[in-house]
Amino acid sequence: MIPGVDGFMYPNEVELQWSLLIVLYPYITGLVAGAFILASLERVFKVEAVRPTYRLALLTALAFLLVAPLPLQLHLGHPERSLEMYLTPHRSSAMAMFGFVYLWYLTVVLLLEIWLDYRADIVRLSQTTRGFLRMIYKALTLGSDNLSPGSRIIDDKVGYTVTVIGVPSAFLLHGYVGFIFGSIKANPWWSTPLMPIVFLFSAMVSGIAAVLLLYMAAMKVKKMAIDMRCLDTIAKYLFYTFVIDFTLEMLDLIHRTYEADESFRSLDFMVHTRLWWSHVVLQIIVGTLVPLIMLAAPQLFKFAAITRRTLYLSACSITLIGIFAMRWNIVIGGQLFSKSFLGYTSYKMEFAAREGLLTAVALMLLPFVIFGVLVKLLPPWPEKEAGRA
Amino acid sequence: MEISRRDLFSAGGKLLILASVGATLEQITGAAPPSETYRMADHWWGMIIDIDKCIGCGNCVRACSTENKVPSGYFRTWVERYEVSEGNPNPHVESPNGAMDGFPPSVHPELKSFFVPKLCNQCADSPCVQVCPVGATFVSPDGAVLVDETYCLGCRYCVQACPYGCRYLHPEKETVDKCSLCYHRITKGLTTACCENCPTGARQLVDFKNQKDPVHEFLRTNKVEVLKPYMATHAKVYYKDLDGSVR
Repeated sequence: MIPGVDGFMYPNEVELQWSLLIVLYPYITGLVAGAFILASLERVFKVEAVRPTYRLALLTALAFLLVAPLPLQLHLGHPERSLEMYLTPHRSSAMAMFGFVYLWYLTVVLLLEIWLDYRADIVRLSQTTRGFLRMIYKALTLGSDNLSPGSRIIDDKVGYTVTVIGVPSAFLLHGYVGFIFGSIKANPWWSTPLMPIVFLFSAMVSGIAAVLLLYMAAMKVKKMAIDMRCLDTIAKYLFYTFVIDFTLEMLDLIHRTYEADESFRSLDFMVHTRLWWSHVVLQIIVGTLVPLIMLAAPQLFKFAAITRRTLYLSACSITLIGIFAMRWNIVIGGQLFSKSFLGYTSYKMEFAAREGLLTAVALMLLPFVIFGVLVKLLPPWPEKEAGRA
Repeated sequence: MEISRRDLFSAGGKLLILASVGATLEQITGAAPPSETYRMADHWWGMIIDIDKCIGCGNCVRACSTENKVPSGYFRTWVERYEVSEGNPNPHVESPNGAMDGFPPSVHPELKSFFVPKLCNQCADSPCVQVCPVGATFVSPDGAVLVDETYCLGCRYCVQACPYGCRYLHPEKETVDKCSLCYHRITKGLTTACCENCPTGARQLVDFKNQKDPVHEFLRTNKVEVLKPYMATHAKVYYKDLDGSVR
């Protein structure tokens, strides 16, 4: 008997190859894509109510995007060779495209949009600050300090175009991450054409929930009033997106159950045993049904602002846990059963190791540190509002 | 200088002895014929496995492990024992330490039982090759699926993509490792370590491009199957009389 193994595993399957860090990868890119799509609501779809979170969402996306490749890099057996993915990409590999999708999204979409939106502020700050900060802002102007009305109109037009390109790019970024898993025909837990779209909608859910929480936290820290119209609108969009996400996930579940192919018994047993807590309890009940009810309630009944804030705060917090559980169940769950469908292994998470819990916690904290620096450097709220606090 | 008949016989005898020793050493050590005689385009390697001949001794696993310095706990080849009961869709399968030490006596002697040697199926349309982000794993022109360990990133996408569980991350090299069909041997005209050490001839290296290879007769006269044919990987490891319960 091998410890942690029930039934029969092919001998090389006993040890899991993709660890907690690979759980973080889709989780983090999901937050990026979701936050960006929320930002585009204001810019492209003219949803004025969410304007207070526009810049916050962009900075959130950037903070998480900068961290997104780190879990992958740490996971590689030979991280020093990772550049080969750019230099000699294998065109038939879904993973080979990651570098290009990432670079496209980072440079063409996110950095450009943030720069265009902040350009006037950066120029102004480069003139009003002193010392080291002034040097940073000077560098960030990229030598362009023209703030004439004509140049501002161009900024706006180009920024709009970039956002329009950015929406399908955000879809591409996370849909692509879903495809990495969904295209593995050897693994029935992953192999479904629904995977990219499920990833996409769950990304939107997590990103929107994260920005809503960050907005509430930022307002609390800055002692600024929360714009309830903004909060209600974001919560409404979160609810709608969540309904679509849940529907897709249930469609996948029902389809699998009804079709009951050769893998079904094995996967069903896994869901009822090793994945019971993380899948059924944490992902479906706590992470999806409960927040859905919490978000549906304000759509159906009238609540005081404080109640709504509490509902949104709680719903978004457990939503983020639920989406993390979803990523866990896909990545880890997909490796717990044997491809012979005759046995199950266990995931032994390390603590202070390269792919251990401590590293994962540090990687999850890092975007918040970057976010703090970005907010300090590029304040997302108008000066006069900040001054009012 | 005059060479007598005696000198001639003496020199000739020494030469003969030397040549015999050389030839014997070549046989013993498996020394290679000149490498320039091997042309990849002339071969298309695979393997045939006769399940009825496998006795589960584990010789192949041990030979492979020694020949290829396979790290402990990982397997380029292994043997499974299937015990199938009537009407039960799930057979009882075991492979203690990959059958490195053979198998203990069965506790289900009443059941239909047989051994299934496993190894990389050297698929012509390999999912592992498809997914490698840098092309470090590839199908060589002679049909062997190989890994360039100087190029592999160690991302393990190929491990996930292999339907047969044939790949692992080498714990010291931190690159993916798998059965190479003893490429270092077969390109020198030798057979694989597992085939050479199989006492019953259950496994045989075959060359589909060699018209004189017994594989053609084998495929024509036997009922053969590959593992998981529905995966459409076009595996080149053929099993004779493969039971439907084998995964």
